[in-house]
Amino acid sequence: MSETGYDIAVIGGGLVGSAVAWGLARGGARVVVLDEGDDAFRASRGNFGLVWVQGKGDGLADYAAWTRGSAEIWPDLAATLASEEGVDVGLRQPGGIEAFLTDADRDAAALEIKRMHNQGLPGRPGDGANDTKIISAEEARALEPSLGPEVIGAAFNPHDGHVNPLYLLRGLHAGMHRLGVDYRPGQGVARVARDGAGYRVVTAMGDILADKVVLAAGLGNIPLAPALGLNVPTRPDRGQILVTERLAPMLDYAHVNFRQTEEGTVMIGASSSDAGFDTSLDIDTSARLAARARRIFPALAKARIVRTWSALRIMSPDGFPIYDESETYPGVFVVTCHSGVTLAAVHALELAPEILAGQLSDRLAPFSPKRFEKLEA
Amino acid sequence: MQFSRLESANAASPVRFTCNGQVVEARAGDSVATALLLAGIGSTRDTALSGEGRAPYCLMGVCFECLVEIDGVPNQQACLVPVSDGMSVRRQEGAPQVWDG
Repeated sequence: MSETGYDIAVIGGGLVGSAVAWGLARGGARVVVLDEGDDAFRASRGNFGLVWVQGKGDGLADYAAWTRGSAEIWPDLAATLASEEGVDVGLRQPGGIEAFLTDADRDAAALEIKRMHNQGLPGRPGDGANDTKIISAEEARALEPSLGPEVIGAAFNPHDGHVNPLYLLRGLHAGMHRLGVDYRPGQGVARVARDGAGYRVVTAMGDILADKVVLAAGLGNIPLAPALGLNVPTRPDRGQILVTERLAPMLDYAHVNFRQTEEGTVMIGASSSDAGFDTSLDIDTSARLAARARRIFPALAKARIVRTWSALRIMSPDGFPIYDESETYPGVFVVTCHSGVTLAAVHALELAPEILAGQLSDRLAPFSPKRFEKLEA
Repeated sequence: MQFSRLESANAASPVRFTCNGQVVEARAGDSVATALLLAGIGSTRDTALSGEGRAPYCLMGVCFECLVEIDGVPNQQACLVPVSDGMSVRRQEGAPQVWDG
């Protein structure tokens, strides 16, 4: 059985797919979203919730600018989700801190800031190191008094912040529902094939016809992309998170590995390991995260951990997003990254309109997977 | 609601502890939660967010409604901690403060 009538089929209903689908629907498109079920690898339900600028884009100034741009329009996204979808996502952008325990870590960050400064193109907002600066331990503790005596310095970026990523996903889904997006959970896509001037998306529950297709399925893109002429060399990168009991306010800022939610829990990250598609917990990693947390925030020694989990980031070879339209299957796009929260604003408000208009603009050309061919050459 | 002890549970040896200074008579083997309910102390904490009252509910360690401070340690699940002589229990009001800044 085939069905017709969709302008665009978005494959993937996580934060990336939902942001794109919501943006497309706000632009007037008839959209269907094909999502997997609760057993999907769902980074959107396991991520940390930072809207993070600091340190992003070393090696690709366009990514530094893109990230900064998203942080700058995030208040628009949050305000729109509140006013149009009735969901307060709890966006706070007080600035972000990365605290260092060793001189080596601080010096590496200082070098990164210099590199990014040199990579930036003057006059283009957001290029370079995006105002990240190294501050002394005293300056760091003046900002965040709960930082402990072992902290020897920090990096600070005034554009960093955080948000509740679960409310973000819910807000985008509420919007999709309101805008008439046909959301179909539990319909993993087997393949996509050309059909006339458009495409046939084949699922176990029937076929769907659409003029355009957006692959936004995270790790689920991997089996679909090659047959569509798209190079999407992503792999899973496992991260683990610890969550404390609710605590009285102790963090005023966002931290690269810590944030205190509006409800009072302190989230502790962030690990990175190559464990394939294994989402089990590695207790040694949990212990390492907890031990480091106690060194940076000694008060956390008195807090109890009530939850812990792992999730899989979608990691490209250089860590930067991949945006592309297939040359052999025009109208088939891929949108993937490991920063679905930070980039939700640009995905919804800037990338989706470009897809709706029919092609990606030149400013997104640096995110084409062609860059990996250069690396291999 | 008024709770009463089963006859068969009366045989256990008596235990005395305090809740916010009030002396509570219990029996060995009671959980803090059941002892508080038997003593008529219905609301055992105020929530961290809204400040609403809460009481022990599931009595089996799942719902986390019965959080109290026991001997200075906040967020103890009263239903999982057996009473002991001289224990000092306090109602929990709001979120615990681990950092005194």
